[in-house]
Amino acid sequence: MNAQNILLILLGVTLVFGLGVVVLNRRSGSNEPTSRTAPRPSAEPRTTPPPSVPPTREETSAATVTIEPEPESEPGSKSEPEPELEPEIEPEPEPVARPSIRERMARTATAMAGVFGGVRARGGITSDTWDDLEEALLKADVGVGVTDALLDGLRARVKAKEIDTADGLLAALQSDMSARLAGADRALHMEAVPEGHVNVWLFVGVNGVGKTTTIGKVAAQQAALGRSVVLAAGDTFRAAAAEQLGTWAERSGAELVRGNEGGDPSAVIFDGVQRAAAKGSDLVLGDTAGRLQNKSNLMDELRKVRRVAGREPGVVTEVLLVIDATTGQNGLAQAREFAEAAGVTGVVLSKLDGSAKGGIVFAIETELGIPVKLVGLGETIADLTEFEPGEFVAALFGN
Amino acid sequence: MFDNLSNRFDGIFKRIRGKGRLTEADVDEVLKEIRTALLEADVNVSVVRNVVARIREGAVGIESSKALDPSQQVIKLVNQELTNILGGETLKITYASRPPTVVLMAGLQGSGKTTNSAKLARWFKSQGRHPLLVGADLQRPAAVEQLRTLGRQIDVPVFSEPGDPVSTATRGLAEARRLGKDVLIVDTAGRLAIDDEMMAQIRQISDQITPNYTFLVIDAMTGQDAVTVAEAFHATLQIDGVILSKLDGDARGGAALSVKEVIGRPIAFASTGEKLDAFDQFHPDRMASRILGMGDVLTLIEQAEKAFEKDQAEEAAAKLLEGEFTLDDFLEQMQSLKKMGPLGGLLGMMPGMPKELKDAKIGDDDLKPVEAIIRSMTREERRKPEIINGSRRQRIAAGSGRSIAEVNRLVKQFSEMQKMMKRMGAMAPGKKGKKGKMAGLAGLGALGGGGLPGLGGPGGGSAGGSGGGFPGFPPSR
Repeated sequence: MNAQNILLILLGVTLVFGLGVVVLNRRSGSNEPTSRTAPRPSAEPRTTPPPSVPPTREETSAATVTIEPEPESEPGSKSEPEPELEPEIEPEPEPVARPSIRERMARTATAMAGVFGGVRARGGITSDTWDDLEEALLKADVGVGVTDALLDGLRARVKAKEIDTADGLLAALQSDMSARLAGADRALHMEAVPEGHVNVWLFVGVNGVGKTTTIGKVAAQQAALGRSVVLAAGDTFRAAAAEQLGTWAERSGAELVRGNEGGDPSAVIFDGVQRAAAKGSDLVLGDTAGRLQNKSNLMDELRKVRRVAGREPGVVTEVLLVIDATTGQNGLAQAREFAEAAGVTGVVLSKLDGSAKGGIVFAIETELGIPVKLVGLGETIADLTEFEPGEFVAALFGN
Repeated sequence: MFDNLSNRFDGIFKRIRGKGRLTEADVDEVLKEIRTALLEADVNVSVVRNVVARIREGAVGIESSKALDPSQQVIKLVNQELTNILGGETLKITYASRPPTVVLMAGLQGSGKTTNSAKLARWFKSQGRHPLLVGADLQRPAAVEQLRTLGRQIDVPVFSEPGDPVSTATRGLAEARRLGKDVLIVDTAGRLAIDDEMMAQIRQISDQITPNYTFLVIDAMTGQDAVTVAEAFHATLQIDGVILSKLDGDARGGAALSVKEVIGRPIAFASTGEKLDAFDQFHPDRMASRILGMGDVLTLIEQAEKAFEKDQAEEAAAKLLEGEFTLDDFLEQMQSLKKMGPLGGLLGMMPGMPKELKDAKIGDDDLKPVEAIIRSMTREERRKPEIINGSRRQRIAAGSGRSIAEVNRLVKQFSEMQKMMKRMGAMAPGKKGKKGKMAGLAGLGALGGGGLPGLGGPGGGSAGGSGGGFPGFPPSR
């Protein structure tokens, strides 16, 4: 008998007893303390130094609208010095012709197209045909559920002799897939708001999907449309996130509002809204820190950001979830949780110019009804473009 | 992490557990479920096909063998197969005889290279090394600034200069030599595997600095594309190992299995949280049992040994079995437990935890009311909760700001647990002496029948589904 097993048992008993009491309390619904509520959020504190904004800020801001602007979030912090940065990407202010999803994806669609080529070459429909189609769909991250649904539908039609050639089968699959994405409202919305109010678009998502880059591109495009834009650097967690956004602000001629690193993100967004409303800007683009959707404290923080962003004079008209095209089946969980916490209105599918196909959007659109609104097809400003389902599906098929 | 996959297997195994013999239909059904589970976990289609084929081969043999419970054999088979894929052993870092040991970081945009460069530097530092970080990501705005900030947090110097990434990396190497640093970590820009120009550039960096280790950073949430990416980077750079990032998410992480199988290089490190110390060497041998729902027992024990005083723990365990475990002891153990990390994470790693607990999303703060109640008790009451009568209850409730019902529940739970533990202690063979008692503990198996460390036996993981098997916690309604 060793100390390890003793430890295990001790751990188990302590955990089950301690947490068991908590669960039993919840079961009987008597978790309400007589005097106070135990705050949930900070179960897993982040590493950054404690916020230098007074912690009472969030509490007061929850009650009243009066929030004095942060000292360091003064307008026009465009003068951020960035000595060791050599921007290699030249700003491209004049939007060139819209890049084609098909073209960008075609560079990589070969693997899938190869499979479909094989199916076509076979002519008839055999059991290998079905295996090939299944594999192609799964490899595009379409997922088991959607793949089964698509193929089951086709099998029925083949059985009913509606379809009898490989070409017919592929055409039917392609149109079924397009149909799954049809009819969604993919427009980016702006409301005509009363004087002194301002539209707010929030950008949310897990770490590393490209939120900040996407905002930079959206800012440039909106500015090109003649709108005045304020960027609110709500990612106060990742080191130098505000600097990164600042570079984009310079490129697009937008104004940057930032707070302290480690500060309260809601406060920064709120300041951005205040600033934009004060100077009569058209649009606030709110950046948020990347967060994994299973971190309940961070999702709570996001709920608050969403709430505060919509407080007068802010009018939240888009909450865009950025999803990396390389994401697998976890993308669905991301969409579900972010939608629940922040009321996502659309998806931005980023990095679609790589070898990944982004097939998870089928599940996201059909199961959750969240439309893909934009796709990222490269690193320049013009490489963010509206999502065209037909073109996207055609690109998957390599035609 | 991997929890969903574990649950899925739990479901399958529950159905076939206890069957005397697997029919062909059983095998087909199990394989189909395993296939779906692996696909939903983002394991690459081709890899899944191979795995399932190998499992089928093994599973056919099971039908003729009646020596072992067939369901246990299937579990063992799957376990073995997954362990095989995940890799034989932990990557062992050997240092260059002529320092510095050079490490090159590569990966797609947003995979976590910069953060993991800093985490790796911190890890090398904890191994007694003196790393220098080089910021050669001159592409993403403020990437170097991010690295500098992280470097300050871990007290590791960062070198970078504007201009060309290749020459920055080369100058970084010279700088490391000049400063007498023994490890050099070069962070590079994210790049698409299909971007020939950028791939040629990192190849050039690699040629210039001749790294001892080239690590590919892969996001644990990556789907089928992980294989394409790994193959492309491996072809260009000769990857030595993979760093799996964002493993603290709820992605099932099948990419880890695929990449290992396809490029044959180990997952060297895993990043398991946003803190810079949430990073450690990856232990392939632990993953399979985790996938199979047996809990990540080895990691748990490692953490526990850091947090608990050994003598104290033994004493507390002995008291537990004799029914002399007091609420004071509980408080004390709870404090040690909290040192091990967030409770939710611990629960996930612990084998045999009732499902309701696992699903309850309990944060550390949720325990505060419980602690408040205990702290509002007198020393005597904590030692002998049975003396708590009506007026004491009222006082405790008032003192802790909780309701009387909650106080009642806690006391009742505690006495249930004590009774249960006492019964277990009495069942232990060789009741005399401390040694015998410990043997008794071992006899309990790890908590409701879960696999014990090192055994990894096929019976492991059964406890998860058995619900109220755990002392002191009644099954849900």
